Amino acid sequence: MLSARNLEVVYDDVVLALRGVSIDIPDGEIIALLGSNGAGKTTLLRALTGLLDVHDAEITKGRVTLDEQPIHHLAPERIVRRGVRQVLEGRRVFVEMSIEDNLRTGAHTLRSEMATNMERVYDLFPVLRERRSRTAGYLSGGEQQMLAIGRAMMSSPRYLLLDEPTLGLAPKLVETIRDVILEINKAGTGVLLIEQNATMALSIASHGYVMETGRVVLDKPATRLLADDDIREFYLGLHPGEDGRKSFREVKHYRRKKRWSA
Amino acid sequence: MTEFLESVLRGLGNGAIYALLALGFVIIYKSSGAISFAQPALMMTGAVISSYIAPALGAALVGAVAFFVSVTAAALVTALVAMAIERLAIRPMIGRAAFTIAIITIGIDIAVRVITSGFIGLGARPVPNPWGLERTEILGLRIQERHLVALGILALVVLLLVLFFRYTRHGLAMRATAFDQEAAMTQGISVGAVFSMSWAIAGALAAVAGTLLATSAGVDRQIWIVALVALPAIILGGLDSLAGAVIGGLAVGVVESLVGSYQGQWAPWLGNNFQVVAPYVLMFVVLLVRPYGLFGTPEVRRV
Repeated sequence: MLSARNLEVVYDDVVLALRGVSIDIPDGEIIALLGSNGAGKTTLLRALTGLLDVHDAEITKGRVTLDEQPIHHLAPERIVRRGVRQVLEGRRVFVEMSIEDNLRTGAHTLRSEMATNMERVYDLFPVLRERRSRTAGYLSGGEQQMLAIGRAMMSSPRYLLLDEPTLGLAPKLVETIRDVILEINKAGTGVLLIEQNATMALSIASHGYVMETGRVVLDKPATRLLADDDIREFYLGLHPGEDGRKSFREVKHYRRKKRWSA
Repeated sequence: MTEFLESVLRGLGNGAIYALLALGFVIIYKSSGAISFAQPALMMTGAVISSYIAPALGAALVGAVAFFVSVTAAALVTALVAMAIERLAIRPMIGRAAFTIAIITIGIDIAVRVITSGFIGLGARPVPNPWGLERTEILGLRIQERHLVALGILALVVLLLVLFFRYTRHGLAMRATAFDQEAAMTQGISVGAVFSMSWAIAGALAAVAGTLLATSAGVDRQIWIVALVALPAIILGGLDSLAGAVIGGLAVGVVESLVGSYQGQWAPWLGNNFQVVAPYVLMFVVLLVRPYGLFGTPEVRRV
């Protein structure tokens, strides 16, 4: 189990980005993490993978544990070696390298099983096999996202942390990515999925967290989150208690007070 | 015509040395984004180490063998020195502005040069030089053997670097870090190890260049000035291109040699030894016309 306990993260010694966040990512499950821009989702991911230092941030309270052992003091490469692997937002493939070289770079910590892992990634994404010697920069956005996920799978991670993998992708590609996440998860990898696409994320997750201004404000099994009135209104754009239609007469002139308001 | 071609060959021979130095600059620049001005000192250190290893080998090894043994040993020791410098002085500065690091390397350069000078003494120290100033004839053109050796070593180094960057785990890690440091970190690549490796390679290349350079007149306290010619070479080739460093180094060597051959006849009013200035004039022109060099990536900035 990968956990964060009461994490408090400060950027540049002044900006308090996380205020006491606790989440659990059990082995082999898909956990969804929702929240609007600036809620602290990416910061939480950075804290889990040791990348805070690059951004002049540090953990001031709380801890990150892997099987009850603290790992937040470890360098990012050590955390990767322990099986916690992040796919950065915006794909970030090495655009000037070939697809195959990108995958080989992903196998940096696990060269001994590179051949088998590469076959597995190519089976997961047949389109990458077709274009293995092409320059990664010429792939479409969806293919680059597949490459980024495939690259992360090259080290056989125990936990895969995905930061908005469907950002800017066409609906059809969103489905492909969703299926791939399910398949990766079926093979035993725990997944933390940060998403704006709440419907997609909650449809495959077993548990969900909602963050707002540096706090976890909701923490429920995914099916109950999907049924939650506030989630339906704020994330799914549905309105409670009707079949989607609403007369303007019923629209209140003040904003509905959020149930979890801090 | 013969005179012209011989001048070009001479230039290529010297240019090979500049190319080795330029490769070191570019490798450090690509991995850390900062230019290391410590290369001249590392070059001098390498040459001095070579000059001490050769006598230690004694009569057991002679000729070309003694040269290659001492140049290899000097490259290894200088690589260690460079790694130590990186660990002690550069690593703590990671994350600071590139010019801060560049200024620190100037300080390191001066400090290392002072220490190394202590091992040189007043005169010049000879390095093993099995070729002397012997010439050989190829297709009717006379070329110094040591220039041929320099070109051969450059070819070997380029081949090894290509294989290293294309096929090895650490070579890939260095390329990945050059593109995107944070993404490289998420691959489990230790960026610190990459910096360390880039300094080691740059140090080793500088040592080889220094030893080759010293085969002409030995190592003296002024030898480091020659390393500055690598700056026009990298500006010409483009700061972030390895191929550019090689071609830039060779081109600068040829320009220097041609100016040396013909300036006396065609432009005597420029005075003596204008070839020493020629590379910098070339750099000036390149900076005016194509500031990112022949093979460099143009910097695109949104306004």
